Amino acid sequence: MLDDLTGFAAFVFNFEMLSTWGYRLLLGLQITAEVVLISCTLGFLLAYPLSRARMSKNPLLSWPVLGYVSFFRGTPLLCQLYLVYYGAGEMRPFLTEIGIWWFFRDAFYCCIFAFTLNTAAYQSEILRGAVQSVPAGQIEAARSLGLSPYRIARHVVWPQAMLIALRPLGNELIGIIKASALAAIVTLLDLMGQTRFVFARTFDFSIYLYAAIIYLAITQAISKLWNWLEKQLSRHMHIAPPATMLLGAADRGAASATLGAVQAE
Amino acid sequence: MGWFGLLFGEHGWAPLLLRGTVITVALSLTTVPFGFGGGLLLAVLKLSSSRAVRVVCDAYTTFFRGIPDLLSLFIVYFGLQALLNFLASALGDAWRIEMNAFIAGVIALSVVVAAYSSEVWVASLKAVPHGQIDAAKSLGLHPRQVFFLVVLPQLMRVALPGLGNIWTILIKETSLISTLAVMDLLRAASEASRATTRPLLFYSAAAAMYLVFSVVSGFGQALLERRANRGFA
Repeated sequence: MLDDLTGFAAFVFNFEMLSTWGYRLLLGLQITAEVVLISCTLGFLLAYPLSRARMSKNPLLSWPVLGYVSFFRGTPLLCQLYLVYYGAGEMRPFLTEIGIWWFFRDAFYCCIFAFTLNTAAYQSEILRGAVQSVPAGQIEAARSLGLSPYRIARHVVWPQAMLIALRPLGNELIGIIKASALAAIVTLLDLMGQTRFVFARTFDFSIYLYAAIIYLAITQAISKLWNWLEKQLSRHMHIAPPATMLLGAADRGAASATLGAVQAE
Repeated sequence: MGWFGLLFGEHGWAPLLLRGTVITVALSLTTVPFGFGGGLLLAVLKLSSSRAVRVVCDAYTTFFRGIPDLLSLFIVYFGLQALLNFLASALGDAWRIEMNAFIAGVIALSVVVAAYSSEVWVASLKAVPHGQIDAAKSLGLHPRQVFFLVVLPQLMRVALPGLGNIWTILIKETSLISTLAVMDLLRAASEASRATTRPLLFYSAAAAMYLVFSVVSGFGQALLERRANRGFA
């Protein structure tokens, strides 16, 4: 029985396997980093105009964005990824004709496309919640002081809104890192993809644990970095940070939970 | 063939998609008692006076919240399989158990949902004033009565919004189980699109079903929250 147990331990942490296949995990890590950084940045750039449109009084602007946000938040990311990846294959003649088939042919670009649209929906809601949590009285006060709309946005709304948005945006970054593992299902060799590749070759379960350790190290590092950032940026505030910041959750659902709290105010 | 025929025609794919939807709903609903219950258990243990227990439970939560859900599912799924094989080889072949993919999926989802929901439970457990528990005890209530009659009803009021969020995550999360050979909604859509080479149609249909599911559960949540808040708002 004891022999079996030591055998099980050796099975769980197989260092020999790591020295043979570990470099593949690093290769995959690079792809994961590229996908995450590109889609989060593009998503943020898209999220700002989307949040403005969503808050607009013009229903021609706000309703389509509401539809967009509901679709991307209400359906699984995997389903969206399949729609882009396999859907593009179905539309190949059309895409070739307008000259963008090279983009959708590549799983890497498909992932970036799907993740960007997805995270833009989540991030736009985070920004909207943060902007709307700035008390209307402050904006009225700024207006009565004769500040221009640009100055109100630049000096009154955004500094406060971004501080509130910081925590959920960090959760969203962590969420996208975790969600990026789905890229492996559409054949991209990211960290998860390389892990599956090695498992298919070796049938060695420990590779999954090593991948988990890498993901865990990254998400924990970002979480710590965000705590530090938040502390630095809210030094001027003598009162306790808003309740939205205290939840300290590391998943996208919790991000929307804090958002719900903001909206409910 | 037109999209209507592909879905609802004589050899249409709507029945398969519908069966997939039933599996998806069943997966989500079956996970709730184990996932949320496990989370509550974790939360109670996290507030325990034993440091060792707290550390272990926090480590569990940190681990499963810090890694991709897909990876969690694979670790639980293949880990379970390895464990079963190990048990069979240690105890003899009479103990060999075949793993049912649906059950494995529920276990894997529950493990993740327990980690997510435990944070919600901890926050809501802390929101129930300790004086309430003291008062209930001094009235001579059994610890079980204290929990179910005094703590839990107040707990639910605070916990429901957070649990509702996790429920909507769970619905979407079940789609990952399609990679483990369970014929859920997404996998049914994959089968249909492979057979007909019309992925746009079938993945859109699946997305629409997920959307309906989220909207319906949004209404359900609002109802539950109103019920839990009665006497407050």
